Amino acid sequence: MPIKTVLTTTINRVSILDEHGHFDAELGNGLIPDADLVRLYEHMCSCRQLDEVAFKLQRSGRMGTYPQNMGQEAASLGAAYVLNRDDWLVTCYRENCGLFWRGVPVESILLHWMGDERGNAMSREHFATPIAVPIGTQMLHATGLAWASKYRGEKRIACTFFGDGATSEGDFHEAMNFAANLDIPVVFCCQNNGWAISVPGKIQCSAPTVAQRATAYGMDTIQCDGNDLFAVVYCFRRAVEIARSTGRPSFIEAVTYRLGDHTTADDARRYRDQAEVDAWRGRDPIIRIRKHLVEKSLWSDAKEQELLARVEREVAAAVERAETIPAPPRTDFFDSMYAEIPPDLLLQRTTMQTHGIGQDPSQIDGAVIELPAKSNH
Amino acid sequence: MANLTLVQAINLALIQEMERDDRVIILGEDVGVNGGVFRVTEGLHKRFGAKRVVDTPLAESGIIGTSIGLAMAGLRPVPEIQFDGFLGPAYDQICSHAARMRTRTRGALTVPLTVRVPVGGGIHAPELHSDSPESIYIHTPGLKVVMPSSPYDAKGLLISAIRDPDPVMFFEPKRIYRAFREEVPEDEYTLPLGKARVVCDGEDMTMVSWGASVVQCMQAIERSGRRIELIDLRTLYPFDMDCVETSVKKTGRCVIVHEAPKTCGFGAEIAARIMERCFLHLEAPVQRVTGFDTIMPYYKLELDYLPDADRIARAIEETAAY
Repeated sequence: MPIKTVLTTTINRVSILDEHGHFDAELGNGLIPDADLVRLYEHMCSCRQLDEVAFKLQRSGRMGTYPQNMGQEAASLGAAYVLNRDDWLVTCYRENCGLFWRGVPVESILLHWMGDERGNAMSREHFATPIAVPIGTQMLHATGLAWASKYRGEKRIACTFFGDGATSEGDFHEAMNFAANLDIPVVFCCQNNGWAISVPGKIQCSAPTVAQRATAYGMDTIQCDGNDLFAVVYCFRRAVEIARSTGRPSFIEAVTYRLGDHTTADDARRYRDQAEVDAWRGRDPIIRIRKHLVEKSLWSDAKEQELLARVEREVAAAVERAETIPAPPRTDFFDSMYAEIPPDLLLQRTTMQTHGIGQDPSQIDGAVIELPAKSNH
Repeated sequence: MANLTLVQAINLALIQEMERDDRVIILGEDVGVNGGVFRVTEGLHKRFGAKRVVDTPLAESGIIGTSIGLAMAGLRPVPEIQFDGFLGPAYDQICSHAARMRTRTRGALTVPLTVRVPVGGGIHAPELHSDSPESIYIHTPGLKVVMPSSPYDAKGLLISAIRDPDPVMFFEPKRIYRAFREEVPEDEYTLPLGKARVVCDGEDMTMVSWGASVVQCMQAIERSGRRIELIDLRTLYPFDMDCVETSVKKTGRCVIVHEAPKTCGFGAEIAARIMERCFLHLEAPVQRVTGFDTIMPYYKLELDYLPDADRIARAIEETAAY
């Protein structure tokens, strides 16, 4: 036969708790214990509260540009829930919920977007890399982090998150190609929220799924309803099992939607229809879990009121902590540049000047050079 | 004449060049339907259609690499890289290919493209949205590098850049995108690449700057009460050393101001050229007021990093007193 088929492939999509509240008991029962489900729900509500507060802070001039996570809480939360606490979590900027599950303080995220590097000073014990701003670049770091585990014979894996826009960047392809060909245990999770700022998903990927891109690299791949926490948890359990038992990477496309603007500097009304946004509001990951909890008699209006009051208090307290932390000293940006500050940089730090005379008072008669107080940072 | 911001002046230049020459096309992230994140390409998608104003996949190397192909085939692409900090993935295409194609093919293939990039700090932006990487591109032979500091200059220089037969990095200081307006002719005009502008005359001292820092220089000069000749280089490669030389030979003193880090900043090159050309005329060492040799800090401390009128004024006084 001169022409024969050498590959046919299928992409499976997982949906367990759909937008209408239908629950697939076969896949869903026992997937998340009731007590955990309540806690996961509370985390999503907390994350949503932060988004609403952060938006108002930005609008009232108390915070800079902020990217809301609204509508995308489930994917990173499901991942963080399934992963071990010492598996690497390598995120971009719509994974707050997963980072909070890991224990990253809310005020760290606030500080970051308030223009303070100290928001990135995550504790090593979180096994999380700082929020990656360039698109897709962090994926390669995840591959390297997991490679190090393999090198050391550890069981620790890495999980990385990125958006549909990132799938157009070279780094996306390089990260997956390295992981697949060098047998590195990474879970790649694309939060396909349909929009890269104003550019619709079809400009990034004209194939019917993003998930099938992973097939080209020879790795296992699956698509899920990214607004369905159960489906996300199911897919991550599967992916983590692949990584730990075979050392291979795999791919999850979590289909979701950015309910808010790209950031507070964006106005999505310029480029997308309100009808589309409204339709996705009905698929909100938080609403369906709440309904499910109510149906299982795990939740009530009273508990809801209590929770909302609590997250309001907690986020307000985090805002207060972030806003009342003393500003960093002026010299702060010199102090983490190198393990040991080079002499010339120390001179710049000491004088806060870059011109030769200003940095060397002895060159000018009668000059009064005020040296800033040395910081203890 | 129209009273325009820098954003509006660039928008007008793009419209006029696209109307004049159907080889001019715009491509980049969010430049189409959304009109660019700074609204520089506002209205162009509607006016010229999706064929000429193209929302591309999110891939900076792809945007520049395909622009090189478009340019080699005779079009005049004007790609936008959304922020200075996102130039990284495009670096390979710009420096390994755009800058070298004419030389490698001995002119058989050329790359007449203009890469528009919002640049610099001072707008309370997140990480990697406030950098000043112009020196990297000045240091890459084969590129021209432009950074206007006013709406009038921006329009005339952008039109020249688009018509230029070689690749041009066109850096737009985002801090002054909407900071002030200026009378800008609605008719077409060009300003030559490689020619500086003397912003104000003076006998006491020369000051050389470019981009948004020119505004800080003007504030410092006004405050000093001294007669200082301010030169806005406008084009950073090829740069107008004749203009600087003439001025420094007259004044004998020079302060250079830029946002980018000090070490290997373009001020270093200007200072060295002054040594070469004006050494015997100098009354004081050439001074640089620049960003520090650190990562551009997040915005809480960005004003401590950026050269401001106070730091410039101090350099003026010390240079004058030397």
